Amino acid sequence: MVEMRRAHTRDAYGRALVELGRRNPNVVVLDADLSTSTKTAMFGKEFPERFFNVGITEQNMMSIAAGLATCGKTVFVSTFAVFATGRAFNQVRQSIAYTNLNVKIVATHGGISVGEDGASHHSIEDIALMRVLPNMTVVVPADAIETEQVIFAVAEKPGPVYVRLCRPPTPLIYEEGYKFRGQPLKYELGKAVLLEEGSDVTILATGILVYEALEAAALLRKKGISAEVVNVHTIKPLDEELVEKSARKTGAVVTAEDHSIIGGLGGAVAEFLCETYPVPMARVGVRDVFCDSGPWEELLAYYGLTASGIADAAQKVISSRGVVR
Amino acid sequence: MPIINNKHEPHTEELVKRLEKLAKKFRREILIMTTKAGSGHPGGSLSAIDVITAIYFHQLRHDPSNPKWEDRDRFVLSKGHACPALYAVLSELGYFPKDEIHNLRRIGSILQGHPDMVKTPGVEMSTGSLGQGLSAAIGMALAAKLDRKDYRVYVMLGDGEINEGQVWEAAMVAAKYKLDNLIAILDRNRYQLDGYTEDFLPLEPLAEKWRSFGWHVMEMDGHNMKEILDTLDEAEKVRGKPVMIIAHTIKGKGVSFMENENKYHGKALTPEELEKALKELEDPEDDEPRG
Repeated sequence: MVEMRRAHTRDAYGRALVELGRRNPNVVVLDADLSTSTKTAMFGKEFPERFFNVGITEQNMMSIAAGLATCGKTVFVSTFAVFATGRAFNQVRQSIAYTNLNVKIVATHGGISVGEDGASHHSIEDIALMRVLPNMTVVVPADAIETEQVIFAVAEKPGPVYVRLCRPPTPLIYEEGYKFRGQPLKYELGKAVLLEEGSDVTILATGILVYEALEAAALLRKKGISAEVVNVHTIKPLDEELVEKSARKTGAVVTAEDHSIIGGLGGAVAEFLCETYPVPMARVGVRDVFCDSGPWEELLAYYGLTASGIADAAQKVISSRGVVR
Repeated sequence: MPIINNKHEPHTEELVKRLEKLAKKFRREILIMTTKAGSGHPGGSLSAIDVITAIYFHQLRHDPSNPKWEDRDRFVLSKGHACPALYAVLSELGYFPKDEIHNLRRIGSILQGHPDMVKTPGVEMSTGSLGQGLSAAIGMALAAKLDRKDYRVYVMLGDGEINEGQVWEAAMVAAKYKLDNLIAILDRNRYQLDGYTEDFLPLEPLAEKWRSFGWHVMEMDGHNMKEILDTLDEAEKVRGKPVMIIAHTIKGKGVSFMENENKYHGKALTPEELEKALKELEDPEDDEPRG
């Protein structure tokens, strides 16, 4: 196996913000005493006038962001995912989503890959919470390279967006300049990326599980199973066209995410397919439990959010379909 | 209608009379629209209406024909449930036709049960979930400083509303940024839904609390139009600090059987009660409006 390249999605965010700040004087950034972790401090250092660290007041921060947005600002607001979506849920709902204001909530430390800090800091429900809000777009980049694309894309998109990043340095699936296996791609919000074509099963993955999905496809290939791998970076709006097309093609779907199996990518796909083209389906994710503290990669393995977890789910879902082609 | 910029008008008896007359008309409209809707919050609308009238007709620089004018002063009604008061004022100014008040809380209406900045011209922030308007106003005030604009941001909070922890988060942040373009008014009508504020979560000593949070605190009789005008003018002179004006008011003000009668916090008058109330609020020089 070639050496794995890794990078922090939040570093990519920090760099992209600085670049955005240079391009657009209307970009302002808020943080709630986590700026050195979320990397908004990089923006704060270059643009102190446009950076507001409001202390540990996440609820207040969300409504301030809304007020700034009413005055024509493109507002980026950052804290950890569990606080952005859980602690300040009603503020996001009332002040940002209901008003359809131009606020980009970029939360770091999503999922259980937060690791040792434990369940108080694991964010296993943030995608579900944001996805249920009208007007809200929900994006989970697969790696640091895609993160850069996402940040520039959401800055151009009017209205509220939730972007979920993570804590650890995670494997890169793309190459510099947003290429996949040498092929240049064009990033588009709402358009999932078909990474590998296959015919026996569709693996729809998001965030850091996209890498695991690609590994799972390699494992399955050794067993003679052809898996289609799709990076669903935008969970809302879901790329229904691609999801349905792939489900029709393979007749079996596995979703994979660093999130609860309830309400996230798995929930979104299940809701959609059961109304359009029901196929046997399995959801890989946190199975409705609060997880333990631990090193992040061990945690993912312990809770089955891995290539082998995905491959097992794929085989199960294929057998429940009854036909292995 | 061109830009309204009246704040330099002297506070003459004539001005005071004119604003009092308007406020009385708005009191009738508040009661008419909530009774017609069959629900709403008349008590806290009546306590707030004198201050809101003074702010919109005298203090704010704004343009009803261009609600999104960048340089306008802003007013955020953080106690969003008092929106009948805001709707009466905005319609009078021409932000939308007066007739809309008869559609309050109906499906398809631009006048929602709580303020909706997307649907209603002139509404600066969607509120209704308490405790958020002050933070939003801070965002607007910060934007003014960033853009080197001289507009002011007014925000009205309810006294019950400041139970919310977010208000105190916002209080600290406004002081940190020395937002002297932010003027908050606390509608101190002494009642919240369940009753007398001090019985549920004591707020006193209120002025000392805000002072200790770094605000310049003023107090006024929120039903004395001359005092309201004078205090709002004084508030504009404060430098380096946000201003909190505690407006001492009476819930249900203007209708004898509603004053300090908390059952009208979130309940509209019956048609019979409305008729009685309108008699008390009659203006001999004015024969409209009637329900």
